[in-house]
Amino acid sequence: MPKLKLNGNEVPFERGQTILEVAQNGGVEIPTLCWHKALLPYGVCRLCIVDVAQGGRSRMVASCTTPAEPGMEVATGSDKVRRARRLVMELILTQCPGQPDMLEMAKKLGVEGSRFRPLEKEPGDNCILCGLCVRVCAERMGQSAIGFAERGYKRKVKPPFDTESGVCQTCGACATICPTKTIKLERFTKNRPIPIPSEFDMGLRARPAVYIPYPQAVPNKPVIDPRNCVKKLKGECGICKEVCKAGAIDYDQKEVVEELDVGSIILSPGFETFAPQLREEYGFGVFQNVVTSLQFERMLSSSGPFKGEVKRPSDGKHPRRIAWLQCVGSRDEPSGRSYCSAVCCTYATKEAIIAKEHAPGTDTHIFFIDMRTYGKGFEEYRNRAEREYGVVYHRCRVPNIEEDPRTQDLVISYRDETGSTRRERFDLVVLSVGMQTPEQLRELTRKLGVDLNEFGFASTPALEPVSTSRPGVFVAGALQAPKDIPDAVAQGLGAAAKATERLSSERGTLTAVESFPPEKEVGAEEPRIGVFICHCGTNIAGVVDVREVADYIRGRKDLGVVFADTGLYTCSADHLKHMREIIDGHGLNRVVVASCTPRTHEPLFQNTLKEAGINQHLFELASVREHVSWVHRDDPRRATRKAKNMVLMAVEKVRLAEAVHKEPAKVTHAALVIGGGLAGLTAAAELAAQGFESHLVEKDAEPGGNVRNIFTLLSGGDPQRHLNDLIAKVRADPRIRLHLESRVRDIEGFIGNFRARIEAKCGTLEEVSVGAIVVATGAAELVPTGYFGFGTDPRVITQLQLDRVLHEGKLDARTVVMIQCVGSREDTGRTYCSRVCCSEAVKNALEIRKKSPRTSVFVLYRDLRTYGLNEQHYKAARELGVQFIRYENTDKPVLTISGDRLRVDVNDHDLATRFILRPDLLVLSAATVPPGTNQELAQILKIPQTEHGFFMEAHAKIAPLSFTAEGIYMAGTAHSPRFMDETISQALGAAQKAVEVLSKETVSLEGIPVFIDADRCTGCGYCEAACPTKAIKTNARTGKAEVTEVLCKGCGACAAACPSGVPSARGFAKHQIIPMIDAALEEL
Amino acid sequence: MTGFEPKIVGFLCNWCTYTGADLAGVSRFQYPPNFIPIRVMCSGAVDPMYVVKALVEGADGVLIGGCNPGDCHYQSGNYKARRRATILKQLLKDLGLDERRLWVRWISASEGKKFAETVTEFTEELRRLGPSRFREEWAL
Repeated sequence: MPKLKLNGNEVPFERGQTILEVAQNGGVEIPTLCWHKALLPYGVCRLCIVDVAQGGRSRMVASCTTPAEPGMEVATGSDKVRRARRLVMELILTQCPGQPDMLEMAKKLGVEGSRFRPLEKEPGDNCILCGLCVRVCAERMGQSAIGFAERGYKRKVKPPFDTESGVCQTCGACATICPTKTIKLERFTKNRPIPIPSEFDMGLRARPAVYIPYPQAVPNKPVIDPRNCVKKLKGECGICKEVCKAGAIDYDQKEVVEELDVGSIILSPGFETFAPQLREEYGFGVFQNVVTSLQFERMLSSSGPFKGEVKRPSDGKHPRRIAWLQCVGSRDEPSGRSYCSAVCCTYATKEAIIAKEHAPGTDTHIFFIDMRTYGKGFEEYRNRAEREYGVVYHRCRVPNIEEDPRTQDLVISYRDETGSTRRERFDLVVLSVGMQTPEQLRELTRKLGVDLNEFGFASTPALEPVSTSRPGVFVAGALQAPKDIPDAVAQGLGAAAKATERLSSERGTLTAVESFPPEKEVGAEEPRIGVFICHCGTNIAGVVDVREVADYIRGRKDLGVVFADTGLYTCSADHLKHMREIIDGHGLNRVVVASCTPRTHEPLFQNTLKEAGINQHLFELASVREHVSWVHRDDPRRATRKAKNMVLMAVEKVRLAEAVHKEPAKVTHAALVIGGGLAGLTAAAELAAQGFESHLVEKDAEPGGNVRNIFTLLSGGDPQRHLNDLIAKVRADPRIRLHLESRVRDIEGFIGNFRARIEAKCGTLEEVSVGAIVVATGAAELVPTGYFGFGTDPRVITQLQLDRVLHEGKLDARTVVMIQCVGSREDTGRTYCSRVCCSEAVKNALEIRKKSPRTSVFVLYRDLRTYGLNEQHYKAARELGVQFIRYENTDKPVLTISGDRLRVDVNDHDLATRFILRPDLLVLSAATVPPGTNQELAQILKIPQTEHGFFMEAHAKIAPLSFTAEGIYMAGTAHSPRFMDETISQALGAAQKAVEVLSKETVSLEGIPVFIDADRCTGCGYCEAACPTKAIKTNARTGKAEVTEVLCKGCGACAAACPSGVPSARGFAKHQIIPMIDAALEEL
Repeated sequence: MTGFEPKIVGFLCNWCTYTGADLAGVSRFQYPPNFIPIRVMCSGAVDPMYVVKALVEGADGVLIGGCNPGDCHYQSGNYKARRRATILKQLLKDLGLDERRLWVRWISASEGKKFAETVTEFTEELRRLGPSRFREEWAL
């Protein structure tokens, strides 16, 4: 291979390469402007000028057009070259004075301004005549829709004959490639350029034809949109293939149809939002400043179209007044969507709060019919929105929106709660659009033979919330009915349970076991560290001088570095193989990779170590992409220095790393289910159906819990029959041990290995071993003593009592009044919404009107919360003559008992009318309250409770059935008030979480357990107090701290608490962190 | 003082702030390279000695980044960090250190922007405060 000298170093090259290419291959940066990898060199801007000495004389040439020749001596950064480049840049600036990108580039070359007089040009014309646009159009797009016209200082980029071009395909390549952002496509083309709307950003911004669909996409890799790709459509362009250093672009990829044999199918395809164009009166699509709630959600996101700024689409200004209109495409008979979408009230509240957090002082208004914040903690959230954040709520459905054509502000007319009409102006209006099933999903369900109900959601049999009309096909999420994240997650787990139940006999038959070579013992060896530094294409190497970093760290032989090199993509299969070879060849016993964040790639590299027979913990990643090159783009010099510090830190850390072998813990294949109500019975039955034993502990003499008092359902099922069948199944199943009249006395242990003592009423104690625990302790209807004469007058009863009266056919009343929110949504104490009472009242009211049409029913409510598909029953009740009267919390109904008559006075705040009702029966919709015994159980299990005494999940949205303590799950009203079908979903889900544990032989635990140097322990107990998982105990006999490894999650709290450094968080040990601090501060 | 570039060492919780810093990277939010991160499993595992060590070795500022109250992966590590930092600040003040040189911030995994802004603000604050004299006063 021929060679030339590049800045004094001999470098080989291939014939035909230009000097620029040779330099780029050698990692030497030369500034360019008119050069583009995908275009032929042009040599017009002269910025890539270099000094070439050959045959005893030197000359300045454009490196992009000059072929490399043997024996050349090329200087790319000499003073002479730099001076020449600065002059070139000054001359270029005369054509584009003030253009920010060019000024930035000039600054990097050390040019602060131009000494020369700028050319006189039209405003906005910053064309530097680099020809990129003309060339990309001709060379890559095969069009030549634009070219150069005129000569000298008049030279300009124009379409032929200076008329709008008809051949332009509006691909936009010219505008994209223009370094001064001068090219405006509209000026050149006859065709109308239509930006490709970004689907993820809801059309709020455009995207290219090759793009990463959304930031969390898995895999996080670009796709080509064949409907818009010029290569796919016309065979031209192909630029992306040219610039992809990994050679990953394949235009011939085809859609592949794969056939899979499966035993169950779960349908969880989600929903689409209502298309608000259908409600013309709101002007969506016509008025620019009317957006949907999902578009607004994107605006709030820092990865969104405006990087987290809330802006008006019309003028980019920050809106100061924002209105949300609820029920757009929900509870909306004319658009054919009479159901409630269940989530919009809470999300609008959330958006209003976040809008205020983004821009304090923003005025936010929500227009609603009923505020349906029925979920766990949602009512309190809504109250905070109003009281602490100042979100203004208007109980009014807005008839239409008008636009002020001058300002594009929006005007809303509405009736306020006093009945007078008001007009208010808003900068932005957000339509809270509802959920619906997309047409293509209807098609899919048709193909699968799954029935949809009249609202377009999958029909599920009563009390089988995850089953569809087709056996073996299960459903979860919004395809079944509109629902929020926690309910969708619980239902998803429930569907997984039902799906795996059918497959339990085949469990584990298709799994393969990974095998690794035996691990080398390297503990006693001196460290031999290999450092692999990743270019990540240009992601890292474009900013950080990776070679300089490699050269530096290679020199740190004092620290045991025996190998250091760079690689284009360290994570590629080729390079991983290379890494294994280097580990073998150089006898490495520790490895550092400097690339991306450990949070994504650490497992991959650790696997490579294991394959090379090295313990995976003798590895360290230096995150020089996320933490350096991506965030210090404009300062390559300091970025390189920081990268060196970070690599040095990783070397210091890995030097003192120890091999760790985690002993997996064995699993006891049985569960403990606490609570024998619907949730507990369902969970135990499901565990049995999947082949696992369980102990079901019930405090009463009979199982069944609350459901024993429920006789009818809005969905039409028979709760008693369901319960009796379930109890019979549980009693008959040999895998379920029913412990009646019993309680859990204490529990010890950890995931996979709990030991519980169950105490029967008679006092006998039985110890059982289980691998997982399901908490299903339920909740009950509040006994509303003290509310509306309850307990003093037999004509005042609760909804559950009414259910029984109706069931027994004993209703004898001409007028029934129901009062909602008795003991719920209170100002203090029980501030939560009990979720089920509105539907319960509607159910009983319907039942009364059906059985006794002459009986009048009045429901006195605050917000009628028949969310989701229950809305249809609310409508049916109104049609059947049930009277709904809305009262205000500050003006509650008043009961007086005069003689033998009940009298209820109530102010209807919608009609501004006072009603005097004389019921024969007053029914209180009493709150759902958790049992007081939850507190004891919380202490036994060390699980948290909410302020109201329910149990607190690990994460409200994504882990609604889990606790932070692993191996313990919950279901049903122990979580929060809910319906029977919701309880069943959760119970199946909790059972499935338990199955995840029980189906394994061993469990591997999170984190690396700490190591306790017992010799130095004084037994002071500070570590024990600091440990969040109770993994450390001071041994009373030895007086030393001891760690139960399976309980330890390796957080390191003990190590920070210990006065003498006895516990050591392996992987993050003090003796590793301290040298890292030195390394971080070393001047490099 | 012109041209002074402070050095900042950050102890970032693996579950929140470190992930937030990753997100800042993914989102290309730019911040000054004055900051160098050290990943820890929990802000509650940050030994006060680490902070003192960094300051003695020449850091002009130290950032401890933990989870928002209530969000700790280990339930209470961030509260431990907060308690420790309160005492530590008092101690450092007694040793002559400006307490503005130790920042404790709650930055969640989704707050990439907040992370970048925090580092930028901290860097600016330290530029205003000038170089720390702690090193020359206390280094052994």
